[in-house]
Amino acid sequence: MRYLRGFLRFWYDLVVGDDWRIAVMVVIALAVTYMMLGVFTWPAAVAAPLGFATLACGFSFCLTLERRR
Amino acid sequence: MDSSTWALLAATFTASFVEFVEALTIVLAMGVTRSWRSALIGVAAALVALTGFTLAAGYVIRAWLPAALLQLVVGTLLLIFGLQWLRKAVLRSAGIKALHDEDEEFATQTRLAREAGEDRRLGLDWFPLVVSFKGVFLEGVEVVFIVITFGLTAGNLPLAALGATAAGVLVLIAGLLARRPLSLVPENTLKYAVGLLLATFGTYWAIEGLGIFTGSGASVHWPGDQLALLGLLAGWFLLSRLLILVSTPATEPTAEPTTGGVPS
Repeated sequence: MRYLRGFLRFWYDLVVGDDWRIAVMVVIALAVTYMMLGVFTWPAAVAAPLGFATLACGFSFCLTLERRR
Repeated sequence: MDSSTWALLAATFTASFVEFVEALTIVLAMGVTRSWRSALIGVAAALVALTGFTLAAGYVIRAWLPAALLQLVVGTLLLIFGLQWLRKAVLRSAGIKALHDEDEEFATQTRLAREAGEDRRLGLDWFPLVVSFKGVFLEGVEVVFIVITFGLTAGNLPLAALGATAAGVLVLIAGLLARRPLSLVPENTLKYAVGLLLATFGTYWAIEGLGIFTGSGASVHWPGDQLALLGLLAGWFLLSRLLILVSTPATEPTAEPTTGGVPS
């Protein structure tokens, strides 16, 4: 059990890192971008840059939260 | 070589260089204070484990994932990785987080090695062996991950591996010549650059990969194709500078000690 926990901890530290909010934000931002592409069927020329803008806003939000802690 | 090939080489070289410098510090500390033989056996064991990990991960990713899904998975992971590095770079540049210092890390590792009790098994000093193994393996997994993801997605795994190998050889030579931690390496600046590159390529590939969920299942095309990478790089750079500007405290910054955990 201790080894399994250590193994999972290793992958969590590797993939998610110090701040889990970044990982959650990336997933949410990509889901929003998928909505633009797949649900609203916006052209890629519009949805892709907006996807980047969503990620940029999310990253700024995460850092703002961290600064206030 | 075109610009994206150079970017691939630069990204894998720089990311690997930073990780190898950190691994070298740990191994040097163990070798100097406890036992070079045990430390080097730990390194060799880590390299064997890393080779197995690389072969397994490379095979699984290449064999099981279609192109668009590969871009999505790899892009998302690179994005998370890159934004974590960028986050630390912004916090360090703003004076909120202490700068990474190899001399300080070396001092910490040597102190821990001196304080640790004697644990001999199979004629080897177990403490430096295990610490060297963990240090090299943890830093190495990040290198392997970056090489595999960049190499497969850019369709040039040998070049990505070449970048990492060149970085490893360079750090090894520098370490042998200096016989001390490579604290003169501008590690924090390199990490900032790597964060920007990982975030740029991660954004590009993750959004391309979202095409797997559309009707055609084909990759999404960015406007301007690969030229969009330059726009993304500029975008992440400008955003990071802006965040550093607004995050820097008005008074003299007081650096907090970094937390422990997995070396990064």
